[in-house]
Amino acid sequence: MSIKVENARKQFGDFVALDDVSLEVRDGSLTALLGPSGSGKSTLLRVIAGLEAPDAGRVLISGEDMTQVPVQNRNVGFCFQHYAAFKHMTVRDNVAFGLQIRKRPKEEIAERVHELLELVQLEGWVDRYPSQLSGGQRQRMALARALAVEPKVLLLDEPFGALDARVRMELRQWLRRLHDEVHVTTIFVTHDQEEAMDVAEQIVVMNEGAVEQAGRPTDLYDHPATEFVMSFVGTANRIGSLLVRPHDVQLAHVPSSTSEEAMIDRIVRLGFEVRVEMTLGDGNPLIAQLTRSQVDELELADGQIVYVLPSRARVFDENGSEPRTEELALA
Amino acid sequence: MSQGAVATAKAPPRPGHRLGLGGPGLTRGLVVGYLSLMVLLPVAAVAATSLEGGIGAFWDAVSAPQAVAALKLTVISSLIVVAINVVFGTAIAWVLVRDQFPGKRFVNSLVDLPFALPTIVAGLVLLALYGETGILGIEGISFTRVGVVMALLFVTLPFVIRSVQPVLLELDAEMEEAAASLGARPLTIFRRIVLPNLAPAIVAGAALAFARSVGEFGSLVLISGNIPFETEVSSVYIFGQIESGNTESAAAVSVVLLAISVGMLFLINLLGRRMLRHGS
Repeated sequence: MSIKVENARKQFGDFVALDDVSLEVRDGSLTALLGPSGSGKSTLLRVIAGLEAPDAGRVLISGEDMTQVPVQNRNVGFCFQHYAAFKHMTVRDNVAFGLQIRKRPKEEIAERVHELLELVQLEGWVDRYPSQLSGGQRQRMALARALAVEPKVLLLDEPFGALDARVRMELRQWLRRLHDEVHVTTIFVTHDQEEAMDVAEQIVVMNEGAVEQAGRPTDLYDHPATEFVMSFVGTANRIGSLLVRPHDVQLAHVPSSTSEEAMIDRIVRLGFEVRVEMTLGDGNPLIAQLTRSQVDELELADGQIVYVLPSRARVFDENGSEPRTEELALA
Repeated sequence: MSQGAVATAKAPPRPGHRLGLGGPGLTRGLVVGYLSLMVLLPVAAVAATSLEGGIGAFWDAVSAPQAVAALKLTVISSLIVVAINVVFGTAIAWVLVRDQFPGKRFVNSLVDLPFALPTIVAGLVLLALYGETGILGIEGISFTRVGVVMALLFVTLPFVIRSVQPVLLELDAEMEEAAASLGARPLTIFRRIVLPNLAPAIVAGAALAFARSVGEFGSLVLISGNIPFETEVSSVYIFGQIESGNTESAAAVSVVLLAISVGMLFLINLLGRRMLRHGS
């Protein structure tokens, strides 16, 4: 089911959480809402779910205006960062909850619960309580619970935010596979750009209650519309008025007419990739991402003075939020 | 959160990392000694006094019609009071936690008033209000069983509220939102999500209210009128027995009261442990 948000506005006291936000999500897609905390991404998700009513604007799910429909009738699956497990119920009862509310026959519920627990790989845990599960297991249970009612859309609010790095990585890939299997339109909120790039087909970058840019991960990375997107999706260095990706920084031992001087503070060898941390003449930090062989060839060392030349750079106009950008291929 | 707790529980004890008061033996001895002095010794003394005339005298004292009537009134009115407290205490705690209204802090501090007021003063206040010559002068409250229940309600008001309030504050609001997103209406959410999570706190508050009701004296002695077979509760009966020099009989009834309270607390403990087994 497609999701459409039109000019949503939401204010909490003086704080504008959503400032005229519009959004479109294709049927069956997997979309990430990406932004720093306080950017309004969670509020937007809650508005779509019906957990929050927008002050203005509309929410449409498969073309139907849902703005006035209470959360109970929207048929959305919602997962929370801290799982929101019903801690007084077993895994089975947690997953069965939505179906019990819908007064489905007992055999059907039992069958469906079994199916779902298989899907989330918790078959052996039916009679356990949430307190006996790990964080990752709890979140998978919460997903099964949300999927039990066959929701039209699945909304995940920082679903992996409370998990440690390794489990987070596993669950990411698992979510990808799950989405391939279940094909329910999914939106998840994250502040982790790597997670968004890894999992989502579409990323919506939010900042200060507004959508900065929406598009495919590679488009956002290669053609950021604003300075914010450029520095939030991937990393970016500032060299004068230019914004340069670390892998677009070229180093040389001899100056050229357009190069900048920089001093190497530290060389961090991360296996194949080497990160060179430098300080520019104007005092700004600069990070270059080189390969091992490049570093060896240049014979770089801490404390050296090198000359920096970006191979690709972007210039955004002054307030950094207008979509007029220039791409410069310099080298 | 609880995963961390499990991990901590499983970790081997690391001596020297925890503050000890001169080793476990001394600490335990102190605690046991203090509790014995303050609780066990008086209880034992009462039990001993009650049995001074032998088991027969004990039984006679306890089964005296006036004593039985007083015990019956005490237990029944306590149960009524607990039932009312469970409903209204939970409701008040709910309003104090979930609703925003001007003067909420004032109302919140008002809840503790029955704790702060000496119970005899509470009795005086109730009499001044409901007594036949009182301000409201409502018939059928002072010197009746209704008056007994009213006085007990007044003094036990804070128990359920104060035990439910913190749990309600801590209650994960997202659980309710998750239930709503799964299609549950507010009443269902309350019944299936909120209430089961509050139940241990409600039960604990109810137990305290019950124990307090069974032993209440000060607030009842004025408003109830202490009419034997009518409005005389056990604590007042015991007082009367002591005044007329029947210490043994007073002690015997005391033991029964004590047994009821302890039995109730034991039951509640059992219930609470069963409910808490899977909590958090």
